[in-house]
Amino acid sequence: MAITFDKALGIHEHALQARVQRAEVLANNLANADTPGFKARDIDFQAMMQQAQESVSGLSMNRTHHGHMDTSSPGANGELMYRTPHQPSIDGNTVDAQEEQSRFMRNAMDYQASFQFLSSKFSGLTKAIKGE
Amino acid sequence: MSLGNIFDIAGSGMTAQSLRLNTTASNIANAETASSSTDSAYRARKPVFAAIQQAMLNPDQQGFGTGSAEGPGAGVRVEGILESDAELQMRYEPNHPGANEDGYVFYPNVNVVEEMADMMSSSRSFQMNVDVMNTAKSMMQRILTLGQQ
Repeated sequence: MAITFDKALGIHEHALQARVQRAEVLANNLANADTPGFKARDIDFQAMMQQAQESVSGLSMNRTHHGHMDTSSPGANGELMYRTPHQPSIDGNTVDAQEEQSRFMRNAMDYQASFQFLSSKFSGLTKAIKGE
Repeated sequence: MSLGNIFDIAGSGMTAQSLRLNTTASNIANAETASSSTDSAYRARKPVFAAIQQAMLNPDQQGFGTGSAEGPGAGVRVEGILESDAELQMRYEPNHPGANEDGYVFYPNVNVVEEMADMMSSSRSFQMNVDVMNTAKSMMQRILTLGQQ
């Protein structure tokens, strides 16, 4: 039984990756806050995490028959989805700058949390290697 | 896909907003510039923004989100600057040195109130992009400390 980084780090590596992707999408929304006709987008973090969890634990569902239905939720592979606007502006832009900014900050905080988990995983490994 | 892209995206946003601020400054500075004909009169200038799609930058290399038709996007660009078609203000000032033979001068179609509102909006959007860049910077600095204790 080999020790691999994949097993040691678990879901946090995927979480950090997803946070970075989401930060990019939200930054793009904010940059286009004044672009006519721009539609705000986001990724479904929960669906992505569910997918990652299944792949990490190895308990994902398989489709062994063509009649089986695809049960994975849309957006599980990081597909971008359009936001439902509360009050779209007259030029067709659906970016709500304040909301996007708060989402971006929240995402950055969650990134820090995921980072902390990952960092402590590494310090745990270091301790194990040193035999402290 | 990386944190570095956020710098490009926020940078493009800042460039676009500062250009918008530039046109606003030009419009307000020229708000009282009279001229003797409709052709030579100053007209309010407005930038037109458009989103940059990642597919435009590198069509063969697809980032994440390949399931959707478009990539995550790569910021904003200024497609061009349009001159407003709104009617010029025609004023009867026979003593004006630039008055035409009927005694009229043409003032620009700049709406100063609108320009002020535009100015505030672009300055706020600029600040927002700076915030995004700062956050991306601190995220990047954190990742450099991974594994350190």
